[in-house]
Amino acid sequence: MEPLEIAERIKERFPEEVVAVSEFRGQVSVTIRKGRVVEICRWLHDEPELRFDFLKDLCGVDYLGRKPVRFEVVYTLYSMRHRHMIRLKAEVGEDDPSIDSVVPVWIGAGWHERECYDMYGIAFNGHPDLRRILMPEDWEGHPLRKDYPEKGPEREWQGFREVLDKAEKLKEFSWKE
Amino acid sequence: MEGVDRPLETRELNVSMGPQHPSTHGVLRLVLELDGETVVKCTPYVGYLHRGVEKLAEGMTYLQALPLTDRLDYISSMSNNVGYCLAVERLFGIEAPDRAKFIRTMVCEMTRISSHIIWIATHALDLGAMTVFLYSFREREWLLDLFEKLCGARLTVSYPRIGGVRNDVSQEFLDSLYEFTEQFPEKIEEYETLIDQNRIWLGRTKGIGVISAEEAINWGLSGPVLRGSGVDYDVRKRFPYDAYDRVEFDVPIGKNGDVYDRYRCRMEELRQSNRIIRQCIERMPRGPVMAPDAAKFTLPPKERVLADMESLIHHFVLITKGPMAAPEGEMYVATEVPKGELGFYIVSDGTGKPYRMRVRAPSFVHASLLPRLCEGSLVADVVANIGTIDIVLGECDR
Repeated sequence: MEPLEIAERIKERFPEEVVAVSEFRGQVSVTIRKGRVVEICRWLHDEPELRFDFLKDLCGVDYLGRKPVRFEVVYTLYSMRHRHMIRLKAEVGEDDPSIDSVVPVWIGAGWHERECYDMYGIAFNGHPDLRRILMPEDWEGHPLRKDYPEKGPEREWQGFREVLDKAEKLKEFSWKE
Repeated sequence: MEGVDRPLETRELNVSMGPQHPSTHGVLRLVLELDGETVVKCTPYVGYLHRGVEKLAEGMTYLQALPLTDRLDYISSMSNNVGYCLAVERLFGIEAPDRAKFIRTMVCEMTRISSHIIWIATHALDLGAMTVFLYSFREREWLLDLFEKLCGARLTVSYPRIGGVRNDVSQEFLDSLYEFTEQFPEKIEEYETLIDQNRIWLGRTKGIGVISAEEAINWGLSGPVLRGSGVDYDVRKRFPYDAYDRVEFDVPIGKNGDVYDRYRCRMEELRQSNRIIRQCIERMPRGPVMAPDAAKFTLPPKERVLADMESLIHHFVLITKGPMAAPEGEMYVATEVPKGELGFYIVSDGTGKPYRMRVRAPSFVHASLLPRLCEGSLVADVVANIGTIDIVLGECDR
């Protein structure tokens, strides 16, 4: 199915949920509200003509300063059988950065959602194991947000000092002539 | 004999495997809960190699971000570069010339061979067959020498450019590579003689780490890990890029989805890569290796910068302002790297820098599969399971 046709189908089935459809060089993005995201994903996964069984990618994007929705969670979907692709973009506002987890639909989304939570601070409701993944668990802030400084936080991370102290202590066991 | 009267006490044992462990292939840490020899629970911890590539790229121009991509999957840096260049090219709407396409296809397949060689070497080493390691590093050395001859670097090459490749290949290089392809099939047979009939190898790979086709798709696996389960999905066939639609090759597919089938898939891929390289050399057209409007995207050669004014201006503008502004939009471009599907999702806001560069790393997805593979299996098979998904932590942590 052509990507624009798929977008039409989604619009037909969930008229209230679809905010916008955009196309860029043959790739189509469907922007949706976050409320019924799991239902939409479940339908995309199960509908025999669509069968989006392969979640290629899930990531967040931060549009700092854009009103009223600052974040987007982007789902890149693919169908193994029908060989078509579509991109879903769910809008997530700044005041309530949370969205329902799609792990029940695609189990492979688990780590992607953890990363998105780690990097953007978007909470995924119903995620079986929502912890930080790439950053240390006691890290402050969410690095990929646009208002997070590129050179890192002002204050040194506590764990770093601990590692240095430990290394200093272990020097007594080093090889001596 | 006092102790005999007391009831035998058993308890679950927590083992922290890694982050420094020879068979975790990098800095992966697994916390294993063991009940005797059986793994009850496996929790992977990643992120030890996190360098913030995605964040760094946001502050760089499209040109500057290219060397970052080598450092993702550092043993197949060429394919990473090509994946990134393709994504940026599609975003800008330009296309590399034919000769560059064939060169890229050729070097990507060289990378696939060198990556799979490392995989078979370390995987066999983990499972107790050491000789393969010594044999296969001989061929890898040959390939790395060829890379050095091509672009001066062995590991982090940064050879492809947005709109083509850095420099043309010499006939001497092609001859040397052709000689490699003539000898390589024999070498694959050598590796196979060492382990194919080996009872220990078969015992440790057959029926271990089984994953069904439906489950593999649901997990989002790709590359040989997915194809070992019998799913015919190869980005090179489904979304042909570069010269893959002009060469003939088969996609090997497994049946049982166990460690052994994935091993067979990768061994067969070595042969197919060899075949692709030969075809590329035979069919390589003549012509330029950079797109006609490449001056807008890529630095001119240093000797020209010092000699003529136009190149100097291009160089200055590219360094200070970055490549010409990309059109506003977003692009997801996938390529088939040795580990699986590598996707670059680039959001452009109409400036010379990527607004967001997301790397969909196959190793990240595959590492998330570890609990599924390891739980319920024996502790010795954990090593086989880590080996079979072929992860590189540089790419997993980015």
